[in-house]
Amino acid sequence: MTPEESSAATSSAGWTDQQKAHLAPVPRLSEAPPSRRDWPLWEVFVRPRRGLSHGHVGSLHAPDADMAVRNARDLYTRRGEGVSIWVVPSAQITASSPDEKDAFFDPAADKVYRHPTFYEIPDEVQHL
Amino acid sequence: MTACATLPALARYTIGLADDALVLAQRCGEWITRAPQLEEDVALANIGLDLLGQARSLLTYASQVEDDGRDEDDLAYLRDERDFLNVQLVEQENGDFAVSMARLLVFSAYSYELYRRLQRSTDETLAAVAAKAIKEVDYHRDHAREWVLRLGDGTDVSHERMQTGLDTVWPYVDELFATTSRHGSWPPPELLQNGVAVDPSQLREPAIAYVQQVIDDATLDLPTVSWAATGGRQGIHSSPMGHLLAELQHIHRSYPGASW
Repeated sequence: MTPEESSAATSSAGWTDQQKAHLAPVPRLSEAPPSRRDWPLWEVFVRPRRGLSHGHVGSLHAPDADMAVRNARDLYTRRGEGVSIWVVPSAQITASSPDEKDAFFDPAADKVYRHPTFYEIPDEVQHL
Repeated sequence: MTACATLPALARYTIGLADDALVLAQRCGEWITRAPQLEEDVALANIGLDLLGQARSLLTYASQVEDDGRDEDDLAYLRDERDFLNVQLVEQENGDFAVSMARLLVFSAYSYELYRRLQRSTDETLAAVAAKAIKEVDYHRDHAREWVLRLGDGTDVSHERMQTGLDTVWPYVDELFATTSRHGSWPPPELLQNGVAVDPSQLREPAIAYVQQVIDDATLDLPTVSWAATGGRQGIHSSPMGHLLAELQHIHRSYPGASW
C-alpha cells in the first residue's frame, strides 16, 4: 500500500460524495418530526360496571383515537375491569394550577357543614 | 409415515387446530420488547396468550382422545417437527411489523370463519372451545385490520411495506383452505361425514372476502402468487419451523418437569 492509499483508507479526505453521504450523521430520535418521535398521549377512563361513572385509570400512547381505545382495552381491562372505555387526548385536558392550590381548595377545609356527616346513610345506598 | 398419521382422526384434527394456535402464539411472543411501541408489545402479547389458551384447551382434549398417557405438555414440548400438524403460514418468521400484521389478518380471518362453524360441531368439546375462541379471534382480526388500514393508507413507505407484507404471506394462504394436496387430505374424511370437523374449503370465500375488503380500504392490492405451500397438515414444514421448536421446547427438554 502506498502512503497515498493508506491516507485514503484512514481519513475521509479522498472519499467520493457517495461515500461521504454514508458518513452523514443519522438523525437523532429527538430531532425526528413529532409524528415519528412519538405517538400522542391519551388519558383513559374506564367504567367498572353499569351504574358507576367512568374513572381515570391511566394514560397511554396511540396514533389515533381508535387505536387508543384498543390499546386501553389491552392495558386496562384485560382482567375484566370494565364495561366501557373513554379516551381523551391528554393535550385537551385543562387542569387546575398547583400555584392556585390555596385559593382553590383551602376555603373548603373548614366548612364541615358541607359534608353529609350529620345524618345516617341507608345501607342500600351504594357508591355515594 | 409420521407418528401422527396413526393417531385417531379426532386427535389428529384437534392437534392440527391446536398447533396453528400454539405456533402463532410463539411468533406473537417474539414481538414482546420489539414492537414499535410498548402498547403494541402488550397487544401482541395478549393475542399470543389468547392463542396459547386455545392451544392448551385443544391439546388437553387431544391428549384425552388419544388416551396414550401423553398430557398437553408432552404434546407441546416433546413432539418433533414431523409430528406438528400446523399450516406453514404460522411458522414463517415474523419479518417486519407489516408482514406480521398481514399474517395476523389472514389467519384470524380464517380462524373467525372456522370457529364460527365449529361452534356447531357434533363434538361438544370442540364446539365449546370454538364458542370461547371466536370472541378472541374477532378481536385479533380487528387489531390486524386496524393496522393494515393505517399502514396501507399511510405514507408511501408504509404502503409499500404493507404491500410487501401481504405479498410475503400470500403463498401460504392457500393451505388454510386446501382439503387435499399431494401429501394427503385434510381434515380426516370421517370427521367431515359425522359433522365433527369444518370443511376448510367452505371458509375460503368468506375469509378472503373479509381480507379483500380490508385490502381495498387500505388502498392495497390483492397479491397474486405463482406457488402455494402444502404439507403442513401432514407434518411437512419449512426451515423456520425447526428453529421455532428449538426455542419453544428447549427448556422443557433440558429440564424435564421443571415448573415455576
